[in-house]
Amino acid sequence: MESGIFFSDYRSDMALRRMPLQKARTGLLLVGLVVFPFLATPYWLNLANQIAIATIGAIGLNILVGYTGQISLGQGAFMAVGAYGSGLLTVRLDVPFYLSIPAAAAITAVAGLVVGLPSLRLKGLYLAVATLAAQQIVEFVVTHWDGLTGGTEALVVPAPELFGARMNTDGRFYWILVVVALAVALFAANLFRSRVGRAWVAIRDQDIAASAIGVNVFAYKLLAFATSSFLVGLSGALLAHYRSIVTWERFTIEVSISYLAMIIIGGLGTISGSFFGASLIVLLPAMINTLGRSLQDTAPWAATVLPYVQQGVFGLVIILFLVLEPEGLAKLWRNVKDYFRVWPFSY
Amino acid sequence: MGSDVFLQLTVSGLSNGMVYALVAVGFVVIFKASDVINFAQGEFLLFGAYLAFAFIAQFGLPWSVGVLATLLTAAMIGLIVERLVLRPLIGEPVISMIMVTIGLSSLLRAVVNGIWGVRPKAFPNFIPSGEVEFLGAIVGIDRLLVIAIAAILLTVLTLFFRHTRDGIAMRAIADDQQAALSMGISIKRVLAVAWAMAAITAAVAGIMLANTVGVSHDIIFIGLRVFPVVILGGLDSVPGAIVGGGVIGLLESYTAGYTTSGLELIVPYIVLILVLMVRPYGLFGKEIIERV
Repeated sequence: MESGIFFSDYRSDMALRRMPLQKARTGLLLVGLVVFPFLATPYWLNLANQIAIATIGAIGLNILVGYTGQISLGQGAFMAVGAYGSGLLTVRLDVPFYLSIPAAAAITAVAGLVVGLPSLRLKGLYLAVATLAAQQIVEFVVTHWDGLTGGTEALVVPAPELFGARMNTDGRFYWILVVVALAVALFAANLFRSRVGRAWVAIRDQDIAASAIGVNVFAYKLLAFATSSFLVGLSGALLAHYRSIVTWERFTIEVSISYLAMIIIGGLGTISGSFFGASLIVLLPAMINTLGRSLQDTAPWAATVLPYVQQGVFGLVIILFLVLEPEGLAKLWRNVKDYFRVWPFSY
Repeated sequence: MGSDVFLQLTVSGLSNGMVYALVAVGFVVIFKASDVINFAQGEFLLFGAYLAFAFIAQFGLPWSVGVLATLLTAAMIGLIVERLVLRPLIGEPVISMIMVTIGLSSLLRAVVNGIWGVRPKAFPNFIPSGEVEFLGAIVGIDRLLVIAIAAILLTVLTLFFRHTRDGIAMRAIADDQQAALSMGISIKRVLAVAWAMAAITAAVAGIMLANTVGVSHDIIFIGLRVFPVVILGGLDSVPGAIVGGGVIGLLESYTAGYTTSGLELIVPYIVLILVLMVRPYGLFGKEIIERV
């Protein structure tokens, strides 16, 4: 139980995890992540990998939407740029994946800069519509530029190799994804404590005030687009190598929407929220699927309505969170933590 | 390419554009009253089309009663949606508004698909499907009817916004919510009316679409294709929706006619981005957009 904060040097005051309970939770999380693949079935490993990729993408989107307040419906397009970028570099130029993935992320960052340009003049709703247009245009380019992307044909990416081992199983890829996801989370957590992160939050809260106190709004908005797209491209590139197949269907407007749902449900402007939201949006359809399967014998009609149930629940969850708990799962988690912080002496 | 091809493209583009305009008017009504862009407009269309299908084809009602029942049900849905989903969010940031209508679209789509399935349905034609020659181009009667309905709707809405109590209240709220509140305007009532009206216009458009393209899932995509129309015309302008619809319809039709690569799918979006860069409030919109 905590009874107060007594730091005697700046180092411990500035630490990312300051309180004993925080440290304990972080330790538990790390141990859990290391132990998990040895206990989990392939099914759960697969889900965990999907969650890791989605978390990286959600953190990327959260930088833009949650921290800087720029609404983007172009997530799917940026993931497509990352996935096709890395896939094509590997397939056509034989670039090893540990170089092609960062390269693809950098390409996506440049694409993000271009799409971000309208944000200098637009905000809110208008920016959302502009990114929607960007999403449609990228989708069109991907499906129609046959010479580069292969059009509507799937692009097959060979399984990546690391230290002579082929990373073609869920169990092996898990390690890559967990390390990258943790690194991204750590990067983002520290970013928001820095000058850049503070500037973004200032722009989100009141852009005119931000520019009045000397924040270069244009530069920081573009930087937010670039940083966000870098991470989103990273997640797309990882997806390409994880699935070892790239098709345009994976990067439609639906993807943009489900990522927005992740950060809304998880909690805008929180890193833990990105993870919670990603987990929920990945697990929800899987759970409904399992439920439907188990009902198959007793109620055969369940299988036919399954896709609609998934879609309906997806929409319902978004609406319910927005109406009932706009700060998302991160807020719920904070409530739990606060309750146990001084437990059993809370009053 | 002769001039007759050009004429045919013009007529078909214009009639497509009027369908877009009909859909766009629904956007405009909601935006005018509440500054919300309804991403579920496509699903409202879908609902309208399937409701009409249910009432007329499945329950066997005569089409006049069926259409009336469709419009009433659509208005009810609009009211319910406003009460349960939009009202708790009054005053929330834009992102919440956008997301809640996106969530709504997913939910509505699931309901429609759950009830009626995803296969296209044959819609009972109660509108004569003949063709007439018009200025040397061939055009379907259903298309002409769409144009007529769009014209009627435009007139009614213009009169509504200019002369009725609710219409003026809507404009007041769009202008300044605080001031409107302090003048004793009930925002709740006005928003409810706006959503009911939007649902009704969407149902009308849905029925017209069901007649021209059939009752199918593809109707949803028209909801997305209408964004360029409303942005070009101006988000808060009823005449803008009609003009924007015509322009985008023509552009699509000419691109489809004179190029071969499927460019017509993205030309509207390129226009959209250009308009946003140059004149974000559109052709007829009010210049209230805030620049950063």
